[in-house]
Amino acid sequence: METAQVRQYSKEFLSGLMEKMLLIRRFEEKAAQMYGLQKIGGFCHLYIGQEASGVGSISAADLSRDFILTAYRDHGIALACGMKPGHLMAELFAKASGCSKGKGGSMHFFDSSLHFLGGNGIVGAHIPVATGVAFKIHLKKESGVVLCFFGDGAIHQGSFHESLNMAQIWKLPILYICENNQYGMGTDFRRVSAVTDFTVMGNSYGIKGKQTNGMDVLEVYNVVSGEIDRIRRESTPGFLEIRTYRYKGHSMSDPAKYRTRDELEAYREQDPLLLLKTKMLNDGHITEEQFEALDARIKKLCDDAVKFADKSDEPALQSIYDDVFA
Amino acid sequence: MAEKIIMLALSPTMETGTIVKWHKKEGDDISSGDILCEVETDKATMDYESTTEGTLLKITSAAGSQVKVGEMIGIAGKPSEDISGLLKQAEPIVRKTETQKKVAGNEPVSDKLQNITPSEKEHAPYGVRASPLARQLALESGIDIQSIKGSGPGGRIIKQDVERVTAQGGQPETFTKEQFQQKIPLSDKRRIIAQRMTQSMISAPHFYLTIAVRMDYLVNSRNSLNSSIKSKITFNAFFIKLVAEALRKNPIVNSSWAEDFIIRHSSIDIGLAVAQKDGLITPVVRDCANKGIVAIDSELHDLVQRGREGRLSLQEYTEATFTISNLGSYGVRQFTAIINPPASAILAIGEIFDELSFSADGGYQKHHSMLMTLSCDHRVIDGAIAAQFAGDLKNMMENPITVLY
Amino acid sequence: MAVITVREALRQALEEEMDRDENVILMGEEVAEYSGAYKVSVNLLDKFGPERVIDTPISEEGFTGIGIGAAIAGMRPVVEWMTINFSLQAIDQIYNNAAKLLYMSGGQLKVPIVFRGPNGPAEYLASQHSQALQSIFCHCPGLKVMAPSSAYDAKGMLKAAIRDDNPVIFLESELMYSWKGEVPDREYLIPFGEADIKRNGSDVTLISFSKPVKLLLDAAVELAKEGISAEVIDLRTLKPLDEVTIFNSVKKTNRCVIVDEAWPFASVGSHIGYLVSSNCFDFLDAPVELVSSEDVPMPYNHRLELAVQPSIKKIIDTVKRVSYRS
Repeated sequence: METAQVRQYSKEFLSGLMEKMLLIRRFEEKAAQMYGLQKIGGFCHLYIGQEASGVGSISAADLSRDFILTAYRDHGIALACGMKPGHLMAELFAKASGCSKGKGGSMHFFDSSLHFLGGNGIVGAHIPVATGVAFKIHLKKESGVVLCFFGDGAIHQGSFHESLNMAQIWKLPILYICENNQYGMGTDFRRVSAVTDFTVMGNSYGIKGKQTNGMDVLEVYNVVSGEIDRIRRESTPGFLEIRTYRYKGHSMSDPAKYRTRDELEAYREQDPLLLLKTKMLNDGHITEEQFEALDARIKKLCDDAVKFADKSDEPALQSIYDDVFA
Repeated sequence: MAEKIIMLALSPTMETGTIVKWHKKEGDDISSGDILCEVETDKATMDYESTTEGTLLKITSAAGSQVKVGEMIGIAGKPSEDISGLLKQAEPIVRKTETQKKVAGNEPVSDKLQNITPSEKEHAPYGVRASPLARQLALESGIDIQSIKGSGPGGRIIKQDVERVTAQGGQPETFTKEQFQQKIPLSDKRRIIAQRMTQSMISAPHFYLTIAVRMDYLVNSRNSLNSSIKSKITFNAFFIKLVAEALRKNPIVNSSWAEDFIIRHSSIDIGLAVAQKDGLITPVVRDCANKGIVAIDSELHDLVQRGREGRLSLQEYTEATFTISNLGSYGVRQFTAIINPPASAILAIGEIFDELSFSADGGYQKHHSMLMTLSCDHRVIDGAIAAQFAGDLKNMMENPITVLY
Repeated sequence: MAVITVREALRQALEEEMDRDENVILMGEEVAEYSGAYKVSVNLLDKFGPERVIDTPISEEGFTGIGIGAAIAGMRPVVEWMTINFSLQAIDQIYNNAAKLLYMSGGQLKVPIVFRGPNGPAEYLASQHSQALQSIFCHCPGLKVMAPSSAYDAKGMLKAAIRDDNPVIFLESELMYSWKGEVPDREYLIPFGEADIKRNGSDVTLISFSKPVKLLLDAAVELAKEGISAEVIDLRTLKPLDEVTIFNSVKKTNRCVIVDEAWPFASVGSHIGYLVSSNCFDFLDAPVELVSSEDVPMPYNHRLELAVQPSIKKIIDTVKRVSYRS
């Protein structure tokens, strides 16, 4: 069954997914290392464990017309959108060559040319903004769809509910994607949510929800592709809960004592990279040697990103006054 | 390719960590996220999760070693790899905080970020109250601002003051402190108080003696008396009554200097100093020796009341033969008063305060005590007489039964 | 020149700018079918249709954020808050998104949007609906703030605000909507950062903006009778502030009285007091004074609410005090 499913996709496509996920994994590991060396300061929320969610979803989008917005766990989403590891690492290092000129940091990656519009640090605050981007697409009768990522913590904010209501009354082309990694900071989502099945969250606004396994990149890709197609066709909003898991704490200073090591290990057994690699190995799309070569190439990419960030200049002091006003 | 496993900062303030225990041994496979070892930081013992993958080829810092952040603790790679090169690299990775921060170019910092250079101009001394503009104008006109009279609030020198002086050719104006002071016109009462007190101080050679009084009996007597009657008798009424008794025993204290002779008064008329808004007044209770405490108190109450309101007739506040001034209610412990002529003595009474005293058996008791100071006109009263009077008064206050002696 | 109300001047500005640029849309509560709670958008729905004049639900945080999202995607929304008081529901969107997206993204995301509505004390509205909130907006870098005091200014300023590439908070006044004034037939714009000297004088500089400018002009007439010549400066733009006009006037008159309807603590007025003290120190012949509202919530009772606010008498008394004439 699995093999059959894998065979629906070309080797190039699967390799592409693997490459993106591996890049995110290695980039985040490097970021953790650099944080440990104090080259990165402040908040740093890692995406390790959630790779399939971002890569599966964004691979289903057409970034020539679609738009991506997310919250502060944005490294993986930015890489999935095609942003360069060097520009991101330089931003983490607070350098002028960073994607936001060293003024945004970990939570504020942006690349408007790639239609990736951030990178927002306030829980739930970007959901109306993403809805507004969809509003523009609707008003201008364009064909794009907005993918709005947020976590399980954001779903109880008023901004989420206000946005869903307006998206439905105005028929906006937006897919709300709740990446449910099961912990809002240190709080198990079951402790703070009146419902544990988030697919019902849109019911009050006439939006039917779907749910998918966020550890399986192909399943995510399939479901999101289907939703994007439907939204383009019908121009009504959608809601998707991706069940995923973050291996690391909420941010670098979080030792994640609120969950057991066993729980983490159980998820690592269905690691999204492992899952895809096994499928590809079984199917003969990749050999162990090829995988290692790919991994070595990506590790070098990340090492190069660190070198680029390291040798980049700090922003000029007078740049503090730049970009306050357009 | 083999790579170094380095000590990471596991808390924001960690500079070195001690490896408590290795969870992996040399030869073990490690994947990213595995717990490699436990590290004791400055805050707690933390799990060190691997950020690399492969085989743990070498542990370079055994359990128990203290390692700086950035230094190698082990090497990971493929089983057969040559790690001799890495092993030689003992030097720690330089942390950002120790490196020189590189800043693009050597650019001038924007004006807004620089301190503003303080003005080199010499301004007028800041003890002078002047508006900034007036200072500036005076500086420009070369006029010493201290020579200008200010017409603004509180004598502030303002623009028009400088212009006035400039118009006069910059001649200095006479500068007095008066412009900062308020002149309060004298009331008749203030004038009379001044005259009388000065006169008393100049003509009557004052001497003073202070005596301590145990007040327990009087305090208790007053309490028990007040609990048995409707109105509350004041201490002042007690003092007046007891002073009257002491004066009866020492009539020379109840006398007046009259230049050619001394007048010994037949009536004991005691004045009590009462504060008013704009001065003080001394209502007089007449013939105290022949009045009881309750009568004295009610008379005093009426006099004080009307005294405060300024409604006393002349004969009600003049010609006291003795005066009492009581500042105890203000918390004054002891003070000296100026004799109020034609009396020859005045008694200054302080507050009633608690005092500990030792008893014969080595224990101690708490007492109510009070200090009173007698001012005497030496022309009339000598020291021994004053002492006798004060001693009698003290005895009567401490044990009023002695009034009957 | 035609004599029209402030309300009509604002309506004309909206109509002209919507004619000029199809990306300009008007959205907010009751703006379309009801023509605006204060009837500013009369006939606009008929002319431009529901795609450009859009009624929203009562979801201030939501539609404020949607406006911001539409703006970063290329629209030029005019968002009406029924009153500025309700913007407090949306303050996170204003502070953390509208004001900061450009900066955080290293200059990538422009937010060309106007937020407008009535601000400041009105009558009989009690504490929650009658307050002057300009300080909140002026406090936050990245926002421009305008507050006209006449029909002429209202039209020229709103047109400039709509054409600006930055988020603009445009503060109107309920009591001013029916004020009338001359407005030329030709098109004109009033640029940002240009204060207007509404009356020339030599003895004292009076500074204000919005509704109280009228109080200043009336007070100046009274003061002239007593031989005090007052210069009246209408700031018009609060941010960026026209400091040059203020300083030049104070250097001429040597006295400065600021009138601000807001509470005194950390207000626009108190900030100008600081600027004048700092920049005109050697030119001052008296302390800089501020006539503000009392530091209390607005009472409902009319006698009390008038006592709370700046008045002609308070202004005249203050001017006399700084003129050493009291």
